Amino acid sequence: MAYSNKVIDHYNNPRNVGQLDKSSDAVGTGLVGAPECGDVMRLQIRVNPETQVIEEAKFKTFGCGSAIASSSLATEWVKGKTVDEAMEIKNTDIVKELSLPPVKIHCSVLAEDAIRAAIGDWKKKNGVAEGAPAAQVVAAD
Amino acid sequence: MDNHATTPLDPRVLEAMLPYLTTVFGNAASRNHSFGWEAEAAVDKAREQVAKLIGATAKEIIFTSGATESNNLAIKGIAEMYKERGNHIITQVTEHKAVLDTCKRLEKYGYRVTYLPVKADGLIDIDDLKRAMDDKTILVSIMIANNEIGVVQPVAEIGKLCHERGVLFHTDGVQAVGKIPVDVNAMNIDALSLSGHKIYGPKGVGALYVRRRNPRVQISGQIDGGGHERGMRSGTLNVPGIVGLGKACEIAGQEMKAETERLSALRDKLRTKLEGNLDYVHVNGSMEHRLPGNLNVSFVYVEGESLLMGINDIAVSSGSACTSATLEPSYVLKALGLGDDVAHSSIRFGLGRFNSEAEVDYVADKLIDVVQKLRELSPLYEMVKEGIDISKIEWQAH
Repeated sequence: MAYSNKVIDHYNNPRNVGQLDKSSDAVGTGLVGAPECGDVMRLQIRVNPETQVIEEAKFKTFGCGSAIASSSLATEWVKGKTVDEAMEIKNTDIVKELSLPPVKIHCSVLAEDAIRAAIGDWKKKNGVAEGAPAAQVVAAD
Repeated sequence: MDNHATTPLDPRVLEAMLPYLTTVFGNAASRNHSFGWEAEAAVDKAREQVAKLIGATAKEIIFTSGATESNNLAIKGIAEMYKERGNHIITQVTEHKAVLDTCKRLEKYGYRVTYLPVKADGLIDIDDLKRAMDDKTILVSIMIANNEIGVVQPVAEIGKLCHERGVLFHTDGVQAVGKIPVDVNAMNIDALSLSGHKIYGPKGVGALYVRRRNPRVQISGQIDGGGHERGMRSGTLNVPGIVGLGKACEIAGQEMKAETERLSALRDKLRTKLEGNLDYVHVNGSMEHRLPGNLNVSFVYVEGESLLMGINDIAVSSGSACTSATLEPSYVLKALGLGDDVAHSSIRFGLGRFNSEAEVDYVADKLIDVVQKLRELSPLYEMVKEGIDISKIEWQAH
């Protein structure tokens, strides 16, 4: 399969890899996908409580090159946006930016889900209504 | 290092073929002139060469277009010829699609097919086979070596059991013939499929061995026409291809012992290096009963396609869904009881005649580097390292 140059660039130089403190109230975590499906994305945001601006974003992804690129791009795009603005990011924007082929569209959908899940988690923590729930650790033993 | 998919043509094979692509162009079925005789003599020689490699006689070799055709011809041809005797066929779940899909088609025509499971090491349980046999069983089709995980089935035991029960035994030998010793008599094989391009011969040519004595196996031809190959496979013979297949078989027989030693050592080196430098490396399938050049490993918590992307100057293949059109991970790995996540992380290496030790070192070093990099990116690896049981997370399947 031929990858676009942008996918290859994100794969070789992924942006904003890492982890934020999940327990912090300012941090929202989105964990989407499933190992069985071959894709798991974790996207985290740190939000300024005053301005609701996403000041930091980190990701880690288990998945194909397109999934890695989609989530890497998502962290770039959400940074500097307010949570409401970040909710406007559509998977089709990611498809366009990375020139993803049809078989890889699900990677962009997952990245959009990850953004929404991270924002949803932050909203829940901070008593802001609504949002898609992140996957939860049900029995951390 | 994807020699299970195909192999390069050995220069000695090419040399043997060249005259038959140029000056010696006769039709082996032309009986009235020297052009035909020369072609026929070349085909006869190749028939001997193929037969010798598997302990058969020349008259038992039927040339085909490849192992897919051979599998189709054997299974459909036997099913049709013996339908008065019974309608039950036994195969197993990790066969190549050329066998599985042929069996599925026969199910549509009223045959009953049992698909035996495999154990965690990829091998069938002989007791399962015994239990599956009944008085309507006419054919057992079980491969010698698997194309993904390289495990070698207990073919001699299967053959013995089949002959005790009066059931015919076909085997897909495409990955095994020329790599490990195969003897149709010692193993009680009644029909065997093999291919040229897996053993450094040309593509588009293969053969089917069909037993002529004890018992004499009959097969209904599936291609009608001029009655070539004793009526079992009509169509003008692919003389250059057949000459190439014969030469490839001759070389494989002569060099098998040395090649086995060399490839086993390279394969073991690759494995030792990977396991010595990385954690969570899972070898898929039996190491004991395995082709010398095969290694199939899962680099758990790293997805296979992303791994291939990092080693794009190396030809290997992955059982990951993302590398297939179906978005399903390898059915062979799933049959071993592996979770989809481990199947998604798999890489198949098929070392071959023209791979060097320097290449193995290069591949191992590069893989170690890429796996480490991707694990830095992997949330699963991080969670496991932190002691989180990821099997207890409620994942959102999508």
